[in-house]
Amino acid sequence: MKSFGYNITEDRQIDFDANDRNVTVFINEIEPSILLCMGCGSCTATCTTGHFTDFNIRKIHTLIQRGELKHLKKEIMKCMLCGKCQLVCPRGVNLRNLILSIHTALEKSGL
Amino acid sequence: MSKTAIIIGGGTAGMETASQLARLGVEVDLIEKQPHLGGHLKNWDRLFPNRRNSDEVFDYLEKGMNDGISLHLNAEISNIRKSEEKFTIALQDGKELQSDALVIATGYEVFDARKKEEYGYGIYDNVITSVELEEFFRSNKQKNLLEGVASKRIGIIHCVGSRDEKAGNLYCSKLCCVTGVKQAIEIKELMPDAEIFCFYMDLRMFDRHFEEMYYEAQEKWGIQFIRGRLSEASENTDHTLLVKVEDTLTGLPLKMKVDLLILLVGFVPSPETRRLAAMLGLKEGDDRFLCPADEHTITNSTEIPGVFLAGTVKGPAGIANTITDARATAIQVADYLK
Repeated sequence: MKSFGYNITEDRQIDFDANDRNVTVFINEIEPSILLCMGCGSCTATCTTGHFTDFNIRKIHTLIQRGELKHLKKEIMKCMLCGKCQLVCPRGVNLRNLILSIHTALEKSGL
Repeated sequence: MSKTAIIIGGGTAGMETASQLARLGVEVDLIEKQPHLGGHLKNWDRLFPNRRNSDEVFDYLEKGMNDGISLHLNAEISNIRKSEEKFTIALQDGKELQSDALVIATGYEVFDARKKEEYGYGIYDNVITSVELEEFFRSNKQKNLLEGVASKRIGIIHCVGSRDEKAGNLYCSKLCCVTGVKQAIEIKELMPDAEIFCFYMDLRMFDRHFEEMYYEAQEKWGIQFIRGRLSEASENTDHTLLVKVEDTLTGLPLKMKVDLLILLVGFVPSPETRRLAAMLGLKEGDDRFLCPADEHTITNSTEIPGVFLAGTVKGPAGIANTITDARATAIQVADYLK
């Protein structure tokens, strides 16, 4: 076929209906405090990893709630589990267990 | 014989309840532990949202202190007894007062910012509370806030001690947001070349003219708003402060040097409110503020006949709502005393 120099751009919307939310449900069940996040960003502000890489634990949390699991495995490997995020969280979210739950969920689902 | 009521607390709620009850023909004893009336209102310079002088509201309240109200200043309560529909209050100076009804109007106090140690209040030189800033406005009307300081960048931190499980307060104090915006504008009036940043989680501009103040702060004064909760502040060797937040709208961690940090401290029930509640057996909510008999419909009475609540003993509230609430309490008390 003749190429006209055009291609199809990948859709970057969160397709909420198409996303598989089984992993989300699984993680939320292991660590229900995850549901308490109000998006203040204290966790990310204090995160040493986030100061030097593009790791953003608040964003990871929100993406999981939307069923967006792309790059998740690569992302969580950056976390050092120091727990500072959990120390500053005003809603008492157990963020270390969020990371550990993601590991478990990804292992189980083979992602 | 005319009926009597004792009102505990001579702030905005207590003064207005007393004034309205006296007008309705009830004999009132108004007990205040401070040497003067007015409570927290006396600590304000100008009030949101129209930035009128707080003294004008105090003058209004004071005009209500007419005949029929006996004032007891510097009065500490040592004991309350209830017998045969009568309340007997023993004051620490040995005096005893009796009444047919009791109004608790002992209000709130501001959150102790030292509890958020990571914000450095009481540790670093240039971290102050919104209350201290208001005191500054009240006593140094024309002075530069940062006299002698060359650069002028100021951070205003929302939600200090509110919406914070770690501080033990899950509730929103409601009025810190608008206070921060008001104070930001007032700083700009004093120091037009100051750079002001409000660090917020949500701006709760819920009441009339609040949103317009936020608009004015952006349009006329160039106040900047960064959506992120302060994680920590640390002091530099030159006594400026380094603040760390996530700029959540860009998704990036942000650090910034400021010359002054202002902490918007929220409401907590006053120790006197809690002490009297324990003495009388009044119900406290999860937030430790007092519970009226019904949260929607019976908002000024308690489950104990003859005991009423007015103002911020029931949770955060501004001046206008407190005055309205005090009037509702007065009507409930007068009805009870019929």
